[in-house]
Amino acid sequence: MSELAGNPISPPTPKGIRKPKAAFSVGRIPGFAAATLAFFLFLYAPILLLVVFSFNGSNSATIWSHFSLDWYAKVAANSDIQRATLNTLIVAGIASVLATALATLAALAMARGGRFRGSQIALGTLLLPLIVPEIVIAIAMLIFFTAVGMNLGLGNIIVAHTVFCIPFAYLPIRARLDSLSPVYEEAAQDLYADGWRTFRHVTFPLLAPGILSGLMLAFITSVDDFIISLMVGSAGSTTLPIYIYSLIRIGITPQINAISTLVLLISFIFVSLSWLIARRSEKTP
Amino acid sequence: MTDPARLSPRARHTALAPALLAIGVFLVLPLLLVPVASFMEANPWGGVRPAFSVDAYIQVLFEEDFTGELVFNDAYPRIVLRSILLAAVTTLLCLLAGFPVAYVIAMQPKARQGILLLLVTVPFWTNLLIRTYSWIMILRDEGLINNSLEAVGIIDTPLRLLYTNGAIAIGLVYTFLPFMVLPIYAAIERIDRSLIEAAHDLYANRRAMLRRVVLPLAKPGIAAGAVLVFVPALGSFVAPALLGGGKHLMIGSLVQAQFGASRNWPFGAAISLILLAAVLAVLLWQARRQSRGEGLQL
Amino acid sequence: MRNLLRMAGMAAPIALAASAASAEGVLNFANWAEYTSPELIEKFEKETGIKVVLDTYDSSETLLAKLQAGGADYDVVVPGNNFVAGMISEGLIQNVDVRSLPGFANLEGRWQSPPWDPTNEYSIPWLWGTTGFTVDTSTYGGDIHTYEVLFNPPPELQGEIGMFNSADEVVKMVHAYLGNDLCTEDPAHFQAAFDVLKAQKQHVKMYQSEGLRERMLSGEVKAHSNWNGSSLKLRAQDAKFAYAYPKEGVLTWMDVMVVPSGAKNKDNALKFLAFMLQPENVAIQSNFARYSNAVAGSDAYMAAELKTAPEIVAPSDRTFIFVPACSEKSIKLQDQVWTRLLK
Repeated sequence: MSELAGNPISPPTPKGIRKPKAAFSVGRIPGFAAATLAFFLFLYAPILLLVVFSFNGSNSATIWSHFSLDWYAKVAANSDIQRATLNTLIVAGIASVLATALATLAALAMARGGRFRGSQIALGTLLLPLIVPEIVIAIAMLIFFTAVGMNLGLGNIIVAHTVFCIPFAYLPIRARLDSLSPVYEEAAQDLYADGWRTFRHVTFPLLAPGILSGLMLAFITSVDDFIISLMVGSAGSTTLPIYIYSLIRIGITPQINAISTLVLLISFIFVSLSWLIARRSEKTP
Repeated sequence: MTDPARLSPRARHTALAPALLAIGVFLVLPLLLVPVASFMEANPWGGVRPAFSVDAYIQVLFEEDFTGELVFNDAYPRIVLRSILLAAVTTLLCLLAGFPVAYVIAMQPKARQGILLLLVTVPFWTNLLIRTYSWIMILRDEGLINNSLEAVGIIDTPLRLLYTNGAIAIGLVYTFLPFMVLPIYAAIERIDRSLIEAAHDLYANRRAMLRRVVLPLAKPGIAAGAVLVFVPALGSFVAPALLGGGKHLMIGSLVQAQFGASRNWPFGAAISLILLAAVLAVLLWQARRQSRGEGLQL
Repeated sequence: MRNLLRMAGMAAPIALAASAASAEGVLNFANWAEYTSPELIEKFEKETGIKVVLDTYDSSETLLAKLQAGGADYDVVVPGNNFVAGMISEGLIQNVDVRSLPGFANLEGRWQSPPWDPTNEYSIPWLWGTTGFTVDTSTYGGDIHTYEVLFNPPPELQGEIGMFNSADEVVKMVHAYLGNDLCTEDPAHFQAAFDVLKAQKQHVKMYQSEGLRERMLSGEVKAHSNWNGSSLKLRAQDAKFAYAYPKEGVLTWMDVMVVPSGAKNKDNALKFLAFMLQPENVAIQSNFARYSNAVAGSDAYMAAELKTAPEIVAPSDRTFIFVPACSEKSIKLQDQVWTRLLK
């Protein structure tokens, strides 16, 4: 990481007051740690229950009977649910990365592009996917895809998700940019005098927390989408949310808990890996 | 006069083009159909009939009585107001619950930040419906909370937790928490410790430090989070239906029904447009104020 | 970030492979989830060599909207019978002359020339069932075979009732209760229906179709509107759950297989329709989904418990009312009742 990126964000209030290394307790606010702990409990209590019921012996997703691995066996034998899960992860993986890339560029342009005519229209357009009801997006897009003869299977869903995930990635990145002072980029521009290198070595590392946040929000937004996927998807592109909502007549069984648990397992492997990578990169200067 | 960090107009346009093109081609273009559809007659089998009609807009405020008379109908304004209120409460609760978390995460060493962020979002790799089921298990009469309280003898008869407004709020807050935490985190990450310490010296107490140093930095994050929570919450209906008992309609289910069971596409298009115009107007007005340095930033 | 990109790169070919599923030898079939027997599909694939790609949707309404917007390159879909007329008039499904299919004569007489497809050109029955309600008889021991139990509940059931969150199913049930035509256009009928629902609302704990079995099993509610096959599954878990066949008239529905106009594999679709006309095949599906089928002779292959289940074998003295497709005006009034009820 570059020297500059490690520096503080320029504050709106007192500037340039520098003190020796602060004690660790600085920055801690009483009650915040407890609130965070409570937050994670709140976040994971339902998830824990969900996992527990994947081992339920009866076919109820909410009433415990006895321990069993039957539902995992069912998942292993159910190729439809496996395909739906794979579809969901493929779509979310690709669409969130594409949306975040587009959103990063757009946020840079909006935050560092100065005032320009039509900036309100540009902002409105960027936020549009967030504001239009999903069902309307779904049907309008489907009519459009049909009219232009676009039939890419899962590709249709990927395009749709990329578009509607843009504001979810844009807003955190824009928030990051707005809280950053352009001072560093300016300084870097003086040093490098090259827009791309400024971006690569200064702006991007500074933006990383915003980009990461945007990417994650885009991802979970895509993973949970039902109605847009259902409408624009063509044969063979059922996703997990479509599958789950289509169980309405039959009822949700712990099979859904089992497949959800497996997805959680994948995500935790992901977490552990990124932790290892982060630790390694932190150690090597 | 020249500001080197500013992008040149050309660079600006190049950077904006991909996102605007994607949304323009795949969303704005298709959405041009919506105002057209709203001024047509409903086809009883879905879709529209190519005949001009303003029925959809009349229906927003008036209905034909069961006796055939056109009377004022407060149903839709009520549904809209209820949805706005619920979204506002959700946003506020998400802010209260999410801000401390965002702050604590931002204060961690870099390596730990990423992990914590992932941990905030991992629960949402699962499906909304099944997460809501878990809340039913926790809140119902024979649920986790009631059973535990009864077991330790605090209560004799179960508390009514499920099918209440509180349950709806819990479900909605749960759904949208990461959308508040992550933008705030992004905004306040790497506030320099020395800055906080300096502030600490300057303003005797932590509350003043929070207000004068952290909050101004967090402002763009809070604004972004508020938009990301409020707008989707406005259209949400799974939590109200499953945790609230579905005894009151929400704007989201209302719009969806027009394209489903009610098969009234023009009306669905009309309410979507009205909603779109209202929300967009508020957002852009905010952004304008901000560009004049007044309100929250977007 | 970089890792994610690499993952996405790896996934792209899979995405492309998944979209290439319309070559010869494929049947794109869409239905509710877990409403199609895997065993049945396996048998069909084995006998014909056709690969079945199974997709799912959540309601006939969504399916209709999708077809109407030009989507769905499916070869066979399974809407409710009351959607067939509209799909025909809108040109969304094609005339495949089902009466000339081998095995068409296997259909029970009463299912040949049904009102929604009188000339047998478009549809073949999938499964059929009834919409009624399930009562926890350990709570209420009286006669359950009347809508009174639901709409004007006895003290034991007050505040303990769950209803579907669907205007169509609920309002039509009230019409049956009041003896109105299900597709009435008379505002007075809707006013009466609204009054019934308004009075009932204080006793209703929730309007929700999802997770109804869970709610009954956990005891959250003691009576819930329900479908017969779903009620059968409830009784299998606890004998106290009984399915009501209201004497005022039992709402009946049939899901039927139709071929969308955009179907790319029409021949395979027809093979599948013919396959489902064979008693031994359709029985596999009935046994799996726990609903009746329309093919004569399938009894021989049905699970023993289905042949005697009260949820399947209805009392002979009841009137069964097939839910028809209603006029625009009727739907609008029905909607108005629902919005007023839940405003």
